[in-house]
Amino acid sequence: MSAPTQAPLLACAALTRQFGGLVALDRVDFQAHEGEIVGLIGPNGSGKTTLFNVVTGIYAPDDGSIAFAGADITAARPQAVYRAGIARTFQRSRMCLPLSVFDNIMVGNHKRLDHGLAFNLLRRGAFADQFRRSRQETSELVAIFNKTLAARLDEPASRLAMIDRRRVEICRALISRPRLLLLDEPSAGMTHEETRELMDDILLARERMARLTIVIIEHEMGVIERITNRCVVLNYGRKISEGTFAAISADREVQDAYLGVAS
Amino acid sequence: MSATTKPPSRLPALGCAAAAALYGILFLHAESQLAVGALLVAAAAGLALAARFGLVARARDSIGAHQPTFDAAAVIGVLAAAIVLRQQHFAILMMTTAMLLMVAALGLTVQFGFAGVVNFAGSAFLGIGCYTAAVVTRYTDLPAILSLPLGGLVAAAIGSILILPMLRTRGHYAALVTIAFGILFKTFLEVNDTLGGPQGMQVKPIVAFGWNFGRPFRAWDFSASFYFSYLLLALALLAFAFVLVRRLERSWIGLSLDAIRLDEVASACYGLDIARWKVFAFTLGNFLAGCAGAVYGHVLGFIAPNNFTFADSLVLVSIVLLGGIGNVWGVAVAAVFVVMLPEKLQMIQEYRFALYAVLVILILLFRPEGLLPRPLRDYLPGWTPKTPGAGA
Repeated sequence: MSAPTQAPLLACAALTRQFGGLVALDRVDFQAHEGEIVGLIGPNGSGKTTLFNVVTGIYAPDDGSIAFAGADITAARPQAVYRAGIARTFQRSRMCLPLSVFDNIMVGNHKRLDHGLAFNLLRRGAFADQFRRSRQETSELVAIFNKTLAARLDEPASRLAMIDRRRVEICRALISRPRLLLLDEPSAGMTHEETRELMDDILLARERMARLTIVIIEHEMGVIERITNRCVVLNYGRKISEGTFAAISADREVQDAYLGVAS
Repeated sequence: MSATTKPPSRLPALGCAAAAALYGILFLHAESQLAVGALLVAAAAGLALAARFGLVARARDSIGAHQPTFDAAAVIGVLAAAIVLRQQHFAILMMTTAMLLMVAALGLTVQFGFAGVVNFAGSAFLGIGCYTAAVVTRYTDLPAILSLPLGGLVAAAIGSILILPMLRTRGHYAALVTIAFGILFKTFLEVNDTLGGPQGMQVKPIVAFGWNFGRPFRAWDFSASFYFSYLLLALALLAFAFVLVRRLERSWIGLSLDAIRLDEVASACYGLDIARWKVFAFTLGNFLAGCAGAVYGHVLGFIAPNNFTFADSLVLVSIVLLGGIGNVWGVAVAAVFVVMLPEKLQMIQEYRFALYAVLVILILLFRPEGLLPRPLRDYLPGWTPKTPGAGA
């Protein structure tokens, strides 16, 4: 994939966010182009998750701007960011464990479901149609990840193993067909083998969704090397390097700050 | 899961409703403490035996598979019990009270069970309904039956005062806001002369279409207690509230409320408007409590601030906790339990609040999801996915 020439899908300019005296993000410029997979790496506390939280509206930036698909979404509410087409997963699993797998995925489908009172309470026939359609779509999406999991939609999410919970969380993010997917350390708490499996799933799902852009935070360099087109490295809230994995892993500053033991 | 499993028969569901109605009649009819005690022991033994032989599971499957049948059977069961006991004022009054508390507890279920909005002022909202009924019959010429929707609307409107502080606080602090409101409400009633002060107010009976609810019930050759009309009204209100809350649960709205209760941050990141749904659940719950309160006011005939104490709010909360948080049938079972047990077992009457407290503690310790834990959401009962699952 050569460098695209059109305007980036996501463009953060001079993004700054402080927590008290701590500068979590320090004038970070960050872009993701349509169809790219961008790796976001850096040591713990370097601002990766904060970048996600600022982009998705959980925190407002102190300075700088965020544009998505040509529209300004700086300091937009999380709800508006989601509606614009950005979906995310969380570093620590954030699922509704007592609810069914299907319910969990439907939470992610919020913007495509009718929440009107009359529709939900009185027009039960129309509701049933929407339910069956969503159910079909969900089965198909989950089946891309795992056929057995697709047969377990009516089980409580609490009964799933960690890797299946991660799959469900990614399905929850994908069901609304976002243009940009933000994955916050999807391999956390999983074995090497499981991580490999999950990455295969993600790549497979992406093949079915043309033009889906992904930004992934990850500590497993094998994963980053395998799936990303480009990487951005943060340290102490600043961007210290950017480029292909080969380029950034050859970067002296990156080696010192993060990769360590520079052979 | 083989494709050959037979759908469960509807007999266990019907048997369940019939047994409950029969037991209710016997229990309400029993006079001596010995008979009441024997009936309680019989119920416990019967349930234990039924569980031992798998009858409870069969009844549950059958009820799940034939919900409309069971709903209809439940209504017929209540009517049958009421007709058998028609001349016994006290029994009819207790049934009516239990059904009205069920409606209020269904309101709490929407607030607390679904959206996670705590409300420790349930009896205040019930009281707003009662006082609305009193004001309508005393100070206005409006037909008294209008106090039913008005009670709900006034409760919802007064509840909106609490919305701002409730949205800004969380957890224990939100609970404190509602406790403060409940106490404020009672104090306000005590000092307000228009509302009768500490002595309270009379609530005149409903007279609608020439039918006086306060007179003994008489239709053709059938005559019954003067509470009988209110029992029918309470049953109608309960059926409405029950269908409303159950449909709500089985909809995208119910899902949104659950998601907000379980994880606000993730919900916000998937577009759910937290404030909007909390306000919706809180208002709807207060509306139901207010409607129930309006009827309750007419039933009591005389209301005073002391009917709406913090302890009464706790009783409503304990109905929800005992029954199974978020389970509509659980609320029904627990309300019957909480209303009837102390009235029939006079030796515990004085200690009833202590009894509720012990029950709630025991439930929270040994069965934290309540007597009837809430099942997973079943959007369309009876619907099964067509696509063959893996492993076929």
